[in-house]
Order: sequence, then C-alpha cells, then structure tokens
Amino acid sequence: MIEVEGLTKFYGAFPAIQNLDFHARPGEIVGFLGPNGAGKTTTMRILTGYMPPTSGRARVAGFDVVDQSLDVRRRVGYLPETVPLYPEMTVFEYLAFMGALRRVPDLDDRIDEVLEQVAMLERSQSYIGNLSKGLRQRVGLAQALIHRPEVLILDEPTIGLDPAQIIEVRRIIQELGRERTVLLSTHILPEAQQICDRVLIINHGTIVAEDTPGNLQAQLAGAERLTVVAAATTPELTRMLEAIPGVTGIRAGARDGEVEVATAPGKDLRPLVARRVVEAGVDLLELRSAGISLEQIFLQLTREENDAQAGG
Amino acid sequence: MRNLWIIASREFRLYFVSPIAYALATMLYLILGGIFFINIYFGLQTGQINPDGRMVIGPMVTILLFATPAITMRLLADEYRMGTMELLLTAPLRDWELVLGKWLGAYGFVAVVLAVTWVYPLILHRMTSPGIDQGTLVAAYLGLLLAVAAMLAIGLFVSALFRSPVAAFFVALGVMLGLWIVGGLSSGAGAGSQLAGYMSFVDHYYNNFYRGVLDLGDAVYFVSLTALALFLGAQVVQARRWR
Repeated sequence: MIEVEGLTKFYGAFPAIQNLDFHARPGEIVGFLGPNGAGKTTTMRILTGYMPPTSGRARVAGFDVVDQSLDVRRRVGYLPETVPLYPEMTVFEYLAFMGALRRVPDLDDRIDEVLEQVAMLERSQSYIGNLSKGLRQRVGLAQALIHRPEVLILDEPTIGLDPAQIIEVRRIIQELGRERTVLLSTHILPEAQQICDRVLIINHGTIVAEDTPGNLQAQLAGAERLTVVAAATTPELTRMLEAIPGVTGIRAGARDGEVEVATAPGKDLRPLVARRVVEAGVDLLELRSAGISLEQIFLQLTREENDAQAGG
Repeated sequence: MRNLWIIASREFRLYFVSPIAYALATMLYLILGGIFFINIYFGLQTGQINPDGRMVIGPMVTILLFATPAITMRLLADEYRMGTMELLLTAPLRDWELVLGKWLGAYGFVAVVLAVTWVYPLILHRMTSPGIDQGTLVAAYLGLLLAVAAMLAIGLFVSALFRSPVAAFFVALGVMLGLWIVGGLSSGAGAGSQLAGYMSFVDHYYNNFYRGVLDLGDAVYFVSLTALALFLGAQVVQARRWR
C-alpha cells in the first residue's frame, strides 16, 4: 500500500529526511515515532502529494507520488498537523466541499455516515469557527475519511486534545485501521505502543528502528526480565529457576521474596517459571514481565544516534 | 471542469458571507450614488453636463483599481496562512484548476457588483429625452469587464506569493498603479515610449472602450494580461510546493 525507497528531501542545504525506506501493508496501522523536527511531517507531505521529494521514490496504493500524483491524492485521506478548516463554513458545507472535490457519490448520505463515525452528527450545522479544538480535530478526521480512502495518513492526530478525546480518537483510528492502511505520526510513545501494529522510529531524518512495539522492546532490551515475588526465597527456588532452559541469570530483587529472572529474548517463560516456583514449595504472590517501555527504547535509540553524530 | 466549478462556486458564495464583500459593495455604491446625485442635481439641472451613462463608469474604474486588490488579497494568501492550502494541494485537483477556479469565483462576485451599477444609467435614461447613448454604454461596460478580469488575475497572482493578505493587497495595488502610470511615459516617439503606451492599462481602456469603440487590440491586451497573470499564479502555486 505504501512503499518508500531511498526517499530524500532537502530544504535548501538542510536534509529533512535522508534515504528513508519503509512500507506499510493493507490493514496495518504503522506509527511514525520521533521527536519534533525528525522529518515525520515532511515524509507525510511527500506521500500525500503535497510536495515532491528531492530524490527517491514513493508509491502509495500502487501509484507513484510524483508521476501519478492525482491518482495518489484520490486514494489518500490526509489529516495534516494543523487541521485545515474553513471557520466560516458549517461542518456540513465543509464536508460537502471536500466530498465534491473528491467526487464522492451520494454525498449527503456519506456525510451523515462519516459524521456518525466521528460522533459529530448533531453538530453538522454548526459553524466550524465555533467548535472546540477536539471537535475540529474530528471534523478534520471526517474530511480525511469522506471518500473512503485506501490509505489514511494522519499527522499527530491526537495533539492538543484532552484525555477523553484522545481515547476517542484512538478508538476511531483503531477501528479504521482494520480495513485500511493507516500511517500516523506521533511523539507520544504510549500512543504508538497502544494502537500501532508496527512502529518506525525516525530521528534526524533517518529511520533508526522498525518493528512491532513488542519486538522493539524485546530486541532492544536484549533480554526480557521477569519479576517474581514469592512468599520466601529459598535456595531450592533459586536452583530450580536457574535450571529452566532460557533463563540467563537470577538475582535478588529489591524487596524480600523478590527475584529478578533474566531470560533469552523472544520466549515467554512465565508459565514455566510459575510452575517451578510452586514445585519448589513456595507460594507465588506475583509474576510479571518487566520489559522496558517503548519510551526507554526511544530515548536510547535517539540518544545513540545523537552520540554517534556528536562523535562523528 | 467540475473542479473549476466547485472551487469557483465556493469562492463566490464565500464573498456573500464575508464582511469584506458588503463593506466593499457599500463603499462602491455610496460613492457612485453620491457622484450620480451630484451630477444629476447640479449638472443636469443647470445644463452644464450632458446626460451620459458613463458618468458613473469613469470614477468606477478608479475605485476598482483599489477595490480589486482587496477582493483578491485573501484568495490564496489566506489559504497559505490558515494551512488550508495543504488540504487543497493534497486533493485531486490540478494547480491551475485551483487558480482558475478562484479567479472565476472572484470574477463572478465583481460581475454581480457591477451589474447593480447598471441602475444609474437606466435611471438617467428614463429621466432624460431622448435618453442616453446605449452603444457607448455597452462598450464601456464591456471594456470594464475585460479590465476587471485582468485586475483580478493580477491580484490573484500576487496573492499566491504571500502568506499575508495585507502584503498581497499593497503589492497588487502597486503593480496595478504601475500599469496605470506607465502610460505617462508614452508621450515620446521611441520604441520605449511605444512599449510603455502598449503596456498602459488606462490607455487601453479610456482611449477606445470608454469612447464606445470596440478595438480588438485592446481586448487582446486585457485577455493576454489576464492569461499571463493566471499562468504565473499557477506557476507560483506549483513552485511553492517545493519551497
């Protein structure tokens, strides 16, 4: 659905993005994660046909973004970071305008449909200028959906919303992602973790990591850690845990009865660990995976990158 | 073609919900009404002025010189300023369709405003006997429509260059004043003077159309000026994608 090869964009002498390579499949929600100024918006603007790249290629829904720009634009729904709205129009007029430009059949019915989808049906006659920030965001989303696009590109869709609205917008995106390709950018880590199937971490215009949120964590931690809290720690318990294949180390935890178990990446040893604890004749009080958060990965990755740049 | 219509009709309707349009129309009609009244009351009564339908058209050209930049200033500059340009440029819409559509919308609005001014000559025609010269009037209005087309196109082109409508207003006004006064350089006999004469906005209007003469050269001047400005406008929109 989205294929990007060697995409590069210079603003004057400044490279906004350099040699980006990535893809997104149908039915996949891909998160574009990175600090401000990392090149997320630039990439999205190229993919939506707003601006051409300096070099490299990008295909969206099978069409080249430079040579077949109009075909791409017909198939993409785009919500820019600053939601582009006409304050002097009503919600209905605005969607009718956008829908007409996109040749949406049975436009009136379709407008009702998208307004229902973003829970704004009762505000269709309100002037956009009178809407709150959260409602405007939803109108922007409705605009991006009006023509049933195959690919949805959302630039910071939850920025500036209150917590309840954020949850609502994330729910809508997840729903949409079931049948479409969604590329969304964010600098909020839990958001990427929560709604994306795959995460691309971008920093200084290059992709520094790409994987599922789960794998990224595993890969970066190098190993996963389990925290076991038992009624008591006995030598027998330690011995039995060490004997489990895949366990790479054991150490006492911060509290009494707490044991930290390091395991090889990619394997969930929790059931086995639980059984062994019970077999050792100790009551198991708590067992949890203490995998590092995406936030730590993100900081680590972007820091490594910065250090490398500072050093080189 | 349909895109043109969609953009133009939105722009046209927008004028009627924006205060600028009403302020502008009010100003125009107030000034024209005043001039008309003074002419009728003092001129006709004392027989000093001949009944002429163009008594409102003459001043109208000058007013439009200032009014058209105000009509066009926000057309593209505002889209850039509000970020809605991103919406239009990622919609399945060619750059020239956007520019031409905007121009059509503005032109439609001005055409409506100008159509209303026709009442003055009509009143004059009813009041006087044997009435006014309709042919001259039609030619003058025709020329006016062509001149306004060029003015709006220039304003639109300038609007594509800026993010600030106010800047677009002053620069557009400057360009039009430049085309206005360049005629002053045409008194000489050299090639430069001839060129200045050909470029002059005023000469092409007042020398023929205003006198009731339909000259193809003048029409070509206004049409090509319009086309050039619209072409440049579309080029600027395209170029600004690269930034």
